[in-house]
Amino acid sequence: MNSVASIVLNRSFQLGLLAVILIALATLPLHYQGYNIVRLLNIFMFVVLTVSWVIFSGSTGYMSLASAAFFGVGIYTSALLGDKLPIAVVVGIGALVSSCVAFLVGALTLRLRGIYFAIFTFGLVELIKHLTLWWEINMEDRRGRLVVYVENDIIFWVMLSILVATLLTAYFIRRSKWGLALQSIGENEEAAAHMGINVTLVKVITFAVSALFVGASGAIIATRWTYIDPGIAFNPLYSFMPVLMAIFGGMGRLLGPVIGAIAFTYLKEELGTEFPELYMLIFGIILIVAILYMPNGLVGLIQRLWIRGFRRQDADT
Amino acid sequence: MRILEGEGVSKHFGGLAALSNVDFHVDAGEIVGLIGPNGAGKTTLFNLVSAALTTKQGVIKFKGRKITGLKPHQICRMGLARTFQSVKIFGNMPALTNVYIGSLFGIPAGTPSAYAAKGAEELLEFVGLSASKVTPAKDLTLVNQKRVEVARALATKPELLLLDELMAGLNPTEVAQAMELVTKIRDRGITVFVIEHVMKAIMGVCDRIIVLHHGEKIAEGTPQEIANNRAVVEVYLGE
Repeated sequence: MNSVASIVLNRSFQLGLLAVILIALATLPLHYQGYNIVRLLNIFMFVVLTVSWVIFSGSTGYMSLASAAFFGVGIYTSALLGDKLPIAVVVGIGALVSSCVAFLVGALTLRLRGIYFAIFTFGLVELIKHLTLWWEINMEDRRGRLVVYVENDIIFWVMLSILVATLLTAYFIRRSKWGLALQSIGENEEAAAHMGINVTLVKVITFAVSALFVGASGAIIATRWTYIDPGIAFNPLYSFMPVLMAIFGGMGRLLGPVIGAIAFTYLKEELGTEFPELYMLIFGIILIVAILYMPNGLVGLIQRLWIRGFRRQDADT
Repeated sequence: MRILEGEGVSKHFGGLAALSNVDFHVDAGEIVGLIGPNGAGKTTLFNLVSAALTTKQGVIKFKGRKITGLKPHQICRMGLARTFQSVKIFGNMPALTNVYIGSLFGIPAGTPSAYAAKGAEELLEFVGLSASKVTPAKDLTLVNQKRVEVARALATKPELLLLDELMAGLNPTEVAQAMELVTKIRDRGITVFVIEHVMKAIMGVCDRIIVLHHGEKIAEGTPQEIANNRAVVEVYLGE
């Protein structure tokens, strides 16, 4: 066996590497300030959104476009309560409120399958957006509101904590009995029900759990934006981006959505600043190429090259 | 002892009566066949028993307890498992995982997963598939997919097993093997209720047969009685 490979695949090595990365990230704001911290924050946020989306939709095959709704609920929680309570509590409340919304919506709509579920969840985003807009204009005679100021370092650490929580949850769900139930629902829901799986319960609870992290990240990121209105908070982009990032990265492994979100966010920012006029065009082309030539996403491609690389080395020796 | 019984069971799809006022029962330890021409309501009856469909007309009892109104997973955990007419396997999962899921979820909570895994291996061997443990279920042949379904259903530790057209689409050798499998399942102490079109098979393994036609029960009895029943012969062969 190749020595490099055996080290890389070693479990304690992997855990150690993760710990080092985590410590490096957590201490970053102490000795480094500037735009790159903000950039990293954006990447964290999209990783949270994408992994949360994959927790539910990746395994069950129910394509949810409700991320923006849960995200926006978190944002509004922050706008309404940010100056009244400590920020950690606000983030917690944002997570819980989003989760409750997801629970209710899930209980009502998870009997819908396929495209109907996707359309409904997308409709939900628009519904909440317009309700909020109507309320602000007619009941409060205003549009949008200010969000409390929080220091960048604090935002960074809170977002990093949410990210770690999301990844741990996704990891343990994947490895558990619960994850197997989710997968079997994705494979064949009727058979899963007849195998003793309470499919409704599993779906609704997972949907609610995945919304926790989306709501939390909305609540913390809102403090960076200082001003929000329904159009900003419930931007449908936050429903579509996680889906694209998950596909781009590949959903076969947990690493897929993570890498997808990192690469995609980075690309988005780079292209957006380098070629502001052409960026959407280039972006679209990259996406099409990715879907056509990387059926298992970026991670699938890396895996294939990795395996091929070893074959060649084996042949050489 | 009556393990399963139904009284006045009816089901309408719009104006069409798929089942009207059917009484039936299955005794513990029996192999009971359910036959009838296409559209007779056989699968509808199975769907009602396993709660894939619901109806407000009629009562179905399992082990003396009313099960109409329960959810499929609850019925499964009470000890009633089924297979499907068109196979519904977890295609991208290995054959063993398919069965493992049955043994993990199909019985009341708290089964240690190691125990469930061992049970799954044993059942895969029981249906003759221990060589294809790691093969994704979708890559198996039809007959082997059906075997996975049977093993998966058995993994939920049922007292009553509903087999919906286990032998449809199989060649004569495979039919013979399937018949043997059904008998072996009964020998494990499991009551079997089967829908089948292959007459030779049904006459060979069943203790008792129920015949449906246009949603109504037209005959019931031993294979011998059914073969000589005028109404049944008319339905199958015309007058």
